[in-house]
Amino acid sequence: MDLNFTPEEEAFRAEVREFLKDAISEDLAQKMRTGHELTKQDMEAWHAALQTRNWLAATWPKEYGGPGWNATERHIFDEECALANAPRVVPFGVGMLGPVLLKFGSEEQKQSILPRILDGTDWWCQGYSEPGAGSDLASLKTKAERDGDDYVINGQKTWTTLGQHADKIFCLVRTSNEGKPQEGISFILVDIDTPGIEMRPIRLLEGGYEVNEVFFTDVRVPASNLVGEENQGWTIAKYLLTHERTGIAGVGASTQALAELKGLAKKLKRRGKPLSDDAIFMARIAETEIDLEAMRITNLRMLSGGGAMGTVSSMLKIKGTVIRQAINDLARRALGPAASPFPSEDVLGNLAVAPPEAAMHAADYFNNRKLSIFGGSNEIQRNIITKELFMG
Amino acid sequence: MDFNHTEDRRMISDSLRRYLSEQYDNEFRNKIAYEAPFHAPDKWSELAELGILGALVSEDQGGFGGQGFDIAVVFEELGRGLCAEPMLGNLLALRLYAAFGQSDRVDAIIAGTERAALAIFETDAFVALDEITMTADGDTLSGRKSVVYGGNSADHILVAAKTAAGTYGLYEVAASDAEVLGYAMIDGGGAAEIVLDKTPAKLIAEDAEDAINAALDAGRLALCAEAVGVMDYLRDIVKDYLMQRQQFGRPIAMFQALQHRLVDFSIEIEQARSIVILAASKLEAEDRALHIARAKNLIGRAGKLVAEEAIQMHGGIGMTWEYAPSHYAKRLTMIDAQLGDTEDQLRTVMDLMAA
Repeated sequence: MDLNFTPEEEAFRAEVREFLKDAISEDLAQKMRTGHELTKQDMEAWHAALQTRNWLAATWPKEYGGPGWNATERHIFDEECALANAPRVVPFGVGMLGPVLLKFGSEEQKQSILPRILDGTDWWCQGYSEPGAGSDLASLKTKAERDGDDYVINGQKTWTTLGQHADKIFCLVRTSNEGKPQEGISFILVDIDTPGIEMRPIRLLEGGYEVNEVFFTDVRVPASNLVGEENQGWTIAKYLLTHERTGIAGVGASTQALAELKGLAKKLKRRGKPLSDDAIFMARIAETEIDLEAMRITNLRMLSGGGAMGTVSSMLKIKGTVIRQAINDLARRALGPAASPFPSEDVLGNLAVAPPEAAMHAADYFNNRKLSIFGGSNEIQRNIITKELFMG
Repeated sequence: MDFNHTEDRRMISDSLRRYLSEQYDNEFRNKIAYEAPFHAPDKWSELAELGILGALVSEDQGGFGGQGFDIAVVFEELGRGLCAEPMLGNLLALRLYAAFGQSDRVDAIIAGTERAALAIFETDAFVALDEITMTADGDTLSGRKSVVYGGNSADHILVAAKTAAGTYGLYEVAASDAEVLGYAMIDGGGAAEIVLDKTPAKLIAEDAEDAINAALDAGRLALCAEAVGVMDYLRDIVKDYLMQRQQFGRPIAMFQALQHRLVDFSIEIEQARSIVILAASKLEAEDRALHIARAKNLIGRAGKLVAEEAIQMHGGIGMTWEYAPSHYAKRLTMIDAQLGDTEDQLRTVMDLMAA
């Protein structure tokens, strides 16, 4: 038993920390602190900054422009980024399509697509869920029919995150109705500006726009845009779900959010005393912090290779999102009535009631209810673990 | 990072697991755990021969372990085997004898020829040393110490009492000089009320406060590790039971309501194991008290969930004396009450956070 990182790993951590200190501009840091929505330009600039060191695509090998990190290095990088309150890397290109192409793509697809992800030419988004296919993703109906050298796509995708910025979309489509539903699905790449595609924003409960519906009407795509074999799409989708996701527990982000919450509790007054002197509230913080400490070790245990990957990432996802949501909940409640004003520009500016860094806490709480729903709801994760427990 | 135990620790863990499964099954356990002396003296000697007690103190002090992970591997197996021997009381006393260089006692306890216990708490002072009122009067002690784990089967009892100088001193009393009112605990094993009336007491240390708190933290770590062993057993047995028990024409494992509850408590068991690893790594560290309190807080919460779910998911059979898992659930529940429960630990954590 040794819970310490090696001197080499600590040196790497210091290097990342040093880089992040310079790379996050004051403007960006301010936006991150106050929870302001990042613009497309902000996110692209952040990607470009990371890529000056080849650190953008953390899971990619060196030969394709990634850093070639092992799981521990990726973990350290994730943790430092979260502690520095750095923007999240937009995952669809580097974290999702990239690994899929590296595993299933043709050499030509790798050579033509991967560099454009790294240099920011293409912004990718994801077309998986449909109105009738959420947890039961395999029941998806959007179909792609072969017509000469093309596929013709008809149907509807939904919950497409940041699709409003995207140049391209990778989709799961139905190419066959034979056999089990899983056996007739293919993975295909589509240009957003292809005729017949319409993107409509979905406004979320806190007021923000981050997800979209995408409608496909006779959308014609070259057959060479297929990734892997026809009807191999389910295998590819499953690979992505169980693909090594060291950050799935969100330990770094939760640690950062908890530190912020403790700082906030010192600032806010309740019944004439700092909230940080309130035993009931601080007890809730303390227990959440204990759960997070345990989660940190659980994450490291999994990282160093205990247990099967599917079950483990499901466990980390469930507990990690529950902890993160608990912190969001405490942050919202810390504000009391000051959490009420809708975060308009006025409320964030001259009408501010809450401390500036906390004005978005109610909105964040509502927005982060998504954590236990997306990426396979926590109930689906429990089904995955059940299967492993009883059959594994 | 390395989350594997050393070869030596794996060996002691394996041999203890084998011994308990062969020599200490549940039927035997329940026969001895509720009738005086509430443990099995011959098994105690055999455990000593296996080196279990020696593992609890360092080489310098006459043992061959003594670190957080040594205590953790031993107690995890004691939990998995639901051992009712008075290991907690002897751990506490042994750590203190070792801390104060009482090598004769240390050697005798490690060899299994003597047993000891630590008497700190009183009926109105069950959590912290600074609550106690017993005060030494020269070479004698008077008053009552309550729920002394292993006190019924100890040859010597270490007693914490205030000194004339106002420090917390540590005294040794021969069990034969004291009134020892032994009883079984609801989860098996023995404890005692120790009643002293001008009882001769040998001063071991004038100011033992830090050492006593360190021993108590070692005891809390031991209880946490024991709980992890109990929980591991309960998860496996619940899983097996759900697959085997048929209702509505199919194994009840087919019902999602039960599946998800099993998953939820399995996740908490992983969290419990993690926090015990962290606490074990901090037993000698400056922030020991914080990490131990955090661990026992989480263990208290996870333990309650697992114990209650294990009984519930077994249905009626989980209510019976005859069925082993019921006793594991009972032990897991009562671990929380020992050396400061979930809320007590939370108070400690908050005090340390505010400091």
